[in-house]
Amino acid sequence: MSKHEPILLKNMLQPGYSGSLQDYERAGGYQALRKVVGNVPPAEVTATVMKSGLRGRGGAGFPTGVKWGFLPKGYQGPRYLCCNADESEPGTFKDRQLIERDPHQILEGIVLACYAIGAESAYIYIRGEFVLGARILEVAIAEARTAGYIGTNVLGSGITANVWVHRGAGAYICGEETALLESLEGKRGLPRVKPPFPATHGLYNKPTVVNNVETLANLPHIISRGPEWFASIGSPPKSTGTRIFCVSGHVKRSGNYEVPMGITFRELIYEQAGGMRSNKPLKAFIPGGASAPFLTPDHLDVKLDFESVAAAGSMLGSGGVTVMEEGTDMVWAALRLMEFFYHESCGKCSPCREGSAWLVQTMRRIVAKRGRMEDLETLIDLCKNIEGRTVCAFGDAEVSPIRSTLKHWRPEYVTLIQEAEAANLIRPEQIVGRH
Amino acid sequence: MRAIEAPASHGHRESEMLKEKYQKEIDEILSRYPVKRSALIPLLYLAQQDEGFVSEAAMKEIAGLLRLTPPQVYETATFYTMLNLKRVGKFHLQVCKSLMCALAGSDTVIGWVKTKLRIGPGETTADGLFTLSAVECLAACGTAPMMQVNEDYYERLTEEKFDRVLADLKKDGICSLKTGPFMWPELANAVKREA
Repeated sequence: MSKHEPILLKNMLQPGYSGSLQDYERAGGYQALRKVVGNVPPAEVTATVMKSGLRGRGGAGFPTGVKWGFLPKGYQGPRYLCCNADESEPGTFKDRQLIERDPHQILEGIVLACYAIGAESAYIYIRGEFVLGARILEVAIAEARTAGYIGTNVLGSGITANVWVHRGAGAYICGEETALLESLEGKRGLPRVKPPFPATHGLYNKPTVVNNVETLANLPHIISRGPEWFASIGSPPKSTGTRIFCVSGHVKRSGNYEVPMGITFRELIYEQAGGMRSNKPLKAFIPGGASAPFLTPDHLDVKLDFESVAAAGSMLGSGGVTVMEEGTDMVWAALRLMEFFYHESCGKCSPCREGSAWLVQTMRRIVAKRGRMEDLETLIDLCKNIEGRTVCAFGDAEVSPIRSTLKHWRPEYVTLIQEAEAANLIRPEQIVGRH
Repeated sequence: MRAIEAPASHGHRESEMLKEKYQKEIDEILSRYPVKRSALIPLLYLAQQDEGFVSEAAMKEIAGLLRLTPPQVYETATFYTMLNLKRVGKFHLQVCKSLMCALAGSDTVIGWVKTKLRIGPGETTADGLFTLSAVECLAACGTAPMMQVNEDYYERLTEEKFDRVLADLKKDGICSLKTGPFMWPELANAVKREA
């Protein structure tokens, strides 16, 4: 059992907890909604969330209350809430657990958010592969509707909050909020040029808020226990509350661990996740999903909060911590992630579309021991021409595995290339497919 | 779940197959959105559920239902990897090959498929039972290696487990080793519930 008090995972850690409405209510569920609806003005709910310091749990870490505050005041017409359940950042598997084990916690958060921002419709955009999760949510929505928590007259207040599940169909980019909106509109998931932001021109060009599953799941607790309580947890003032970190790779006990922000990677990896799988030394870890640059054993004492990880040259991102042991081929690891980004580039911006193909070919060549020294310059040059030159953050993400492995483990690249050159001296190869 | 037989002989126009069969579902899907086009992916799923893949006829019919042009439907359908525009085997094995699974041995899993079923990624067995796809991250990194077969996840795969999944699917069409509702690490005293 963890020495840290879980908040979001608390219910599901109770033996026999099924995630049904009955179980959720018995654990104190929907009390926050009862407390607020019809009693507390929506603006006050937003103010409470702002005060709590809650930041988005999807990756970017934008303050949730501030995001809500961007909606135009006094706008007449529909507004929308979208719950981002697209969870597709490699290394991340927390939302899946929240959805499948405690769906009502998310639904209560959704209705609270709808109330605060004045949205009558909410769509849960869930990645297509989560068939079970979508089914569990549908059942939970039906239960909540029957009980009066969702629908046209929430708890008799006359307020409308309808919730629907919308399944994606296999596209990483749809986790990017504007691509999500495009996809929800039945189009290809291509990110939009911002501004305008979704707060003014979102779903169907109407004011829209997109919040991650874990972000929304925090809301009932913030409302019930107060913003001061929430703000005292973690690493205040900028990283408040807990995070569910998903630990994967070469550890003894991989899985989801909810801890206050601000504990060290050392504690997460060696205490929570039980340390290294084969007791080999740790060689590298990714701190926040595939988009976050790799870190080294020197960074084990970095704190798990937004600022500390950024200061160490990476990002806390989605909370997916992937650990690699001594002996892992870092060039191969970077190539694996590059293959992912190459596959998932949506094709809208030329630097990313063409660049990812070029990067992946160069990396494949190096790993296959057919590289040459100039390839390293090519890689850096390509990275420079991709990052910051695309509509969304995907371009910055796709260069991070290569940039960071080149920074920390350049000798591994050099060795592979030297071996290739040595082999070519003996057995010159026909050069094909070079750029 | 196969395509239904010879629709023309029943006097229905091919372009109204979905409407004939699923009017209720279609109406319910349309009722969720203020703008019709949002129903596109849900309707493409419906077509895929019906025929096992998304056929051109289905795309044309959906275009008519949503007052879109067929190219608009095609444009969306081709963007998403889960919409199969070609027929796949009865059991679609999707093995995750992203880094996190690769660290835990997903290449070995793909190797098992190759030696046991004699198919590589993108191929289908001669009996039409199994198709293999090597896919990117399915959000089960903590329980790697894993694969998704049609709608179900199978996690923490070992060769023994893998063999049983194939055998059960072949024999009964389902396998009790499928995982979920997901929680990892599991509770020490967890009671295994029906998914």
